[in-house]
Amino acid sequence: MFTFLFFSLIVASFMCLYRIMVGPTPPDRMVAIDILGIIVVGMCALFAANKGRDFYLYIAISWSILSFVGTLALVKFLEGRGFDE
Amino acid sequence: MSNNFALGFIVIGVIFDLLGCLGLIRLPDIYNRLQAATKSVTLGTCAILFGVFLEFGVFSSGGLKALICIIFVMFTSPTAAHALARGSHMSGFKLWEGSKVDKLKKDKGK
Repeated sequence: MFTFLFFSLIVASFMCLYRIMVGPTPPDRMVAIDILGIIVVGMCALFAANKGRDFYLYIAISWSILSFVGTLALVKFLEGRGFDE
Repeated sequence: MSNNFALGFIVIGVIFDLLGCLGLIRLPDIYNRLQAATKSVTLGTCAILFGVFLEFGVFSSGGLKALICIIFVMFTSPTAAHALARGSHMSGFKLWEGSKVDKLKKDKGK
């Protein structure tokens, strides 16, 4: 059962990698990077439920915060402003 | 996995993740892709984390960490999606030719 769930999330990650690779405009790639971060958070939670250990949830929390900060930095680059405004 | 209720939440979350990434591939436009991907993938990841919360138990440390992670994901992901949509509209990326309504352009025109 868990093998099938992990395989489904890995297929979803490869769909995001396809969009990063062939995305025609820069915002498409940024959306795919954001969605890939959220899917990695779900995959860490699935590891925690499979193994019965809870330290994978630390990785999930810190990954969600770092993905948010990275997406906001890319959006400031997209709007054409500097990082110190 | 001892709890069937938690396993049901995890399966629903994985299905929502998969359908959101299918929308990320299939839809024609940046705004449509953002609309499809962000909402359903956020809901799917929150369902997986809620299943983990039910699996570890309500008053254990793992369950509280899963609850904190649900709160972080539900705050940060819509904020990032809103900033991306507004930034790409301000940066001048066009809508798909089949789209009818553009209310932000109308508001900026006034």
